[in-house]
Amino acid sequence: MKRNLTYRLLFILLVFVGSIVLSYPPSEKINLGLDLKGGIHLVLQVKTEDAFEVETSQRREMIEADFKEENLVFTRTQVTEDFGIEIIGALQDQERQLEIYLDQFSPAWTYRPRYREGEVDMVMVMSSAERKALADRTVRDARETIQKRVDQYGVAEPTIQIYGSGSIQDQIIVELPGVEDFDRVLNLIKSTAMLELKLVHPTDGGPFATREAVLQAFDNRLPVDYEVITYPNSPETGGGSTYMVVRKAPSLTGQNLKTANRAQDDFSGRSEVAFFLDSEGVNLFTRTTEQNVGNRLAVVLDDQIYSAPRIDERIASESARITGNFSPEEAEDLALVLRSGALPASIQILENRIIGPSLGLDSIRRGVVASLVGMMLVVLGMLVVYKASGINAIVCLVLNLLVLMAVLSGAHATLTLPGIAGVILTIGMAVDANILIFERVKEELRSGKKIRSAVDAGFDRVFTTILDTNITTLIGAAVLYQIGTGPVRGFAVTLGVGLVANIFSAVFVSRTLFSLVLQKMEVEALSI
Amino acid sequence: MDIVKDPKIDWLGLKWVFFGISLVLMLTGAVALLTRGLNLGVDFTGGTLVYVKFKEEPDLDRIRLTLGDAGLKAEEVVRFDEISQNEVQIRIAGGTAEETLDMTLGSNQVFEALRPEYDLEYLETGKLDLNNVPRSELSARLQELDPVALGEGTPVAEFVAHYDEISEKIINYRTEQSGIIHRFSELDQLDLAAGVVTVLNEEAYPGNFTILSVESVGPKVSEELSNRARTAVILSLGFMLAYVAFRFWPIYGLAALAALFHDVFITLGAFAVTQREISLTVVAALLTLVGYSINDTIVVFDRVRENLKLMRRDDLVTVINTSINQTLNRTIMTSGMTFMAVFALYLFGGQVLRGFSFALVIGIIVGTFSSVAIASPIVLWWQTLMEKRKRHP
Repeated sequence: MKRNLTYRLLFILLVFVGSIVLSYPPSEKINLGLDLKGGIHLVLQVKTEDAFEVETSQRREMIEADFKEENLVFTRTQVTEDFGIEIIGALQDQERQLEIYLDQFSPAWTYRPRYREGEVDMVMVMSSAERKALADRTVRDARETIQKRVDQYGVAEPTIQIYGSGSIQDQIIVELPGVEDFDRVLNLIKSTAMLELKLVHPTDGGPFATREAVLQAFDNRLPVDYEVITYPNSPETGGGSTYMVVRKAPSLTGQNLKTANRAQDDFSGRSEVAFFLDSEGVNLFTRTTEQNVGNRLAVVLDDQIYSAPRIDERIASESARITGNFSPEEAEDLALVLRSGALPASIQILENRIIGPSLGLDSIRRGVVASLVGMMLVVLGMLVVYKASGINAIVCLVLNLLVLMAVLSGAHATLTLPGIAGVILTIGMAVDANILIFERVKEELRSGKKIRSAVDAGFDRVFTTILDTNITTLIGAAVLYQIGTGPVRGFAVTLGVGLVANIFSAVFVSRTLFSLVLQKMEVEALSI
Repeated sequence: MDIVKDPKIDWLGLKWVFFGISLVLMLTGAVALLTRGLNLGVDFTGGTLVYVKFKEEPDLDRIRLTLGDAGLKAEEVVRFDEISQNEVQIRIAGGTAEETLDMTLGSNQVFEALRPEYDLEYLETGKLDLNNVPRSELSARLQELDPVALGEGTPVAEFVAHYDEISEKIINYRTEQSGIIHRFSELDQLDLAAGVVTVLNEEAYPGNFTILSVESVGPKVSEELSNRARTAVILSLGFMLAYVAFRFWPIYGLAALAALFHDVFITLGAFAVTQREISLTVVAALLTLVGYSINDTIVVFDRVRENLKLMRRDDLVTVINTSINQTLNRTIMTSGMTFMAVFALYLFGGQVLRGFSFALVIGIIVGTFSSVAIASPIVLWWQTLMEKRKRHP
C-alpha cells in the first residue's frame, strides 16, 4: 500500500512539473485568439460563377475557331444563362460530324440537338460533376493565391481555410492575428489582379467623355470584338475619368508575368510598377508591338485602364512599366498582388471582424484580474467551510489549472476571451467534485464509520456522480465546439479540457492526498 | 463545518410556493419577450458593431448625425464601459438586400465618416493621425523624412529596422494607453531622439478619436449563425434529455428537461427585461448554464435513486425530501463557489463579457432553484399518476 502511494505521488509530481515546463513562459507558449491579440477575421465567398463564365466563353471561342477550320457551318454561337453553349444554325447533314466533334468534350459537357426547319442547333450544358470539379478547383486556387499574398505581406501564423456549409465548400476563412493595417490587407486580399494588355481601337479608341459619346462614334454599333473600358485618372483629361474602346481579346495577360516589383521613375521620382515577362510573354509582346506601331496599348487591371501608352516601335523587351498616380505603398501592394497571380474569381466579403491591439490588451488585463479574484474567493470559501481538507481541494484546483494551461500550450489551442471565462468557470466547477466528496465523507463520518473507511466510502459512492456531472457539461462543450465559431470554440475547448483535467484531479489526486495524510499522520479527527 | 445543520425541510410541501415564484418569473419574462423582444446582436441580425474611443466626453447625438451624413445609419449609440474611458458602442444597420462585393463595413469607412467632424482642422493637411495610424505607415513616413539623419551610408536593412523600432515604441505606448495619445508631451517619457519628436510634431497630430474594433456581419453569415445557435440549443437539450433518461429513468429525463426549459426561458426573460444584447458568446453562456443546471438535478436524482433502495418503507415524498435535504449542503456550496467565480467575472471581466457573465449569474441562481422546485415535483407527480393508474386500471 505504501509503495502504491509513493508511485501515485511521484506521478502527480511529474504531472505538476511537466505542466509548468510545457506552459512556461505563458506569453510565448499560449496561442492568443484574435480577440485578445488584435487582428482581422474574414469570411470570404468565392464567386465561382466567374470561373464558369471564363470557362464557358473560352470553350465557345475554341469551338468557333475549330468549326471554321473544319468547315462546319453554323450561324452563330451564344452563351446561355445557365453557363451552357448553343451552336445555332448548323446543317442537319453535318450533324454526325458535329456529334463526333462534341463527343470529345464529354463527360464534362453534354449536348443535345434541337431541330428547326432544316437546321439543327446543338445545346451544350456543363455536367454537374464538371461544375463541382471546376468550383472546387477555383476555390482551391483562390485560397492558394490569397495564401501567397498574405505570406508576402508577412503575417505571423495566418489561418486561411476553405469552409462551407454542407457539400458546398466555396467560402474561405482568413484569420490574420496581429495585423494593424486593416484596409491595406483587405485590399490585398480582395483585388482580383487580372492584368491584361489590350490594343486600343486604331482609329476611334478614345478617350471619350461618356459612354454615349462612344456609341455615337460607332453609330450605336460597337464592333463585335471590341469593348468599352473606363480609364480613371487619364492624364489627357487632367485626371478625370474617361472611356476607351479596346479589343476584347487581350494581347498579353498576367499569365505570362514572371515577376513584378516597385520601381521609381528616374526623372519624376514617382513610384511605378515594373513587371517582367516570361519567354512566351516576351514573344507575344514583341509580336504585338511589331504589328501595331502607332497604336496605343492599354494596360488594364481588373477591368480598369491604368495607362495607354502609344507603341512607338517594336519592343523586344522582357519588362515594362505600369505608371499611374501611385504612392510608394500602393505601388508596392500592386506589385505584390501581381506577383501572387490573379484570383480565379472575384471575392465577396461576407463577414469582417477587426480588433485593434488596445482592445485585446484591455481584455487580457480584465480576464486576468477576474480570474485571480474568482480564484481567491473560491479558495477562501473552501478553506472556511472545509478547513484543512480545503487545502486538498485547493491543491487539486491548482493542478487542474496547470494541466489546463499545459494542454492549451501543447496542443497549440487558442485562448480567446470567452476562453478565459471558461477558465474562471472551470475554477468554480472544479471544486464541485471535491465538495461532493467532502460532503459524502462527512455523512459517512456522521453515520459512525471510522475515518479511513469513511474516506474510502465517500470516494467510491461519489465517483459515478462526478462522472455524470462532468460528462453532461462535456456534452454541452462538445456541441458548442461543433456549432460555434472562433471565440466560442475557444470557450468550448477551455471548458472541455478543464473538465477532463478536473475528473483526473478530483478522483486521483484528491484520493492520493487523503491517503497521504491518513498514512503519514495519526489522525484522530478529520478536519473537514 | 456544515452550512445548514441537519436540514429537515419539507421541500415538496412547498412546491406550490415554488411554482408560484416560477410562474411570476416566467410571466414577467414572457411579457418582456412579447413587448420588448430580445436585443439580438449583430451576429444574428447582420450589421456592424463599432467601438470608438474619444479623447473627450463624446456627444452621442453628434456621433449619430455625423455618421448619418456619411450615409451610415446608426441604429444605436451608447456609452460603453466606465464613463472615464470615453468609449462608445455604435451599432450600424446592415446594408440593403442588394448583393455587392463587400457585404460588410470596414474600419476605414467608419474612420472616414467620423473624421470630417472630429478632426476637421487636420483633414487636408496630409498629416498622420497618430491615434489611428498603423505602425508600418508611421515607419514609412519616418523613413521618408529620416529625422535622425541616418543618411545614405546606412545599409537599407538597418535603416528600416531603426525606424521600425521607433514606430513600434510609439505604437506600443499608444496600445498601453488603451489606444489614445492625448498630447505630444506624453511621448517625452519614451526618450525619443529630438529629431524624431520635431518631425512628429510637424507631420502628425493626435487625433480626437480612435477606432478600437469593427465587427461587421453580412446577411448570409448572420443567417447561418442564427441557425447554428438554434441548432446548438436544441441539440444540447436533446442530448441532456437522452443522457438523463438513459442514466436514470425516462420520466427523470423529462423532468430534467422541463427544469432546463424553465431556466433558459427565465434567463432569456431577464435579457428581454434588461434589453441586454444577445451575442454568440451569450448563447454559449446559455448552453453552459444548461450543462450546469443539469448537474444540480443529477446530484439530487442520484441521491433519490440511492435512497429508493435504502428507504424501501418510506413513501416517495419522504424519499425525495430526504434526498434534497441530504444534498443541500453540497448544493449550497457548489452553487456558492460557482456563483462567486462567475460574479467575479461579472464585476471585473469587462464590458465585452458582461452579457456572458450576466447570463451565468442569473442562470446559476435559477438553475439551482429549478432542481428542487421543478424537477422533483414533476417526478413526484408522474410517479403518483403511475401509482393511481396501477390501482385503478
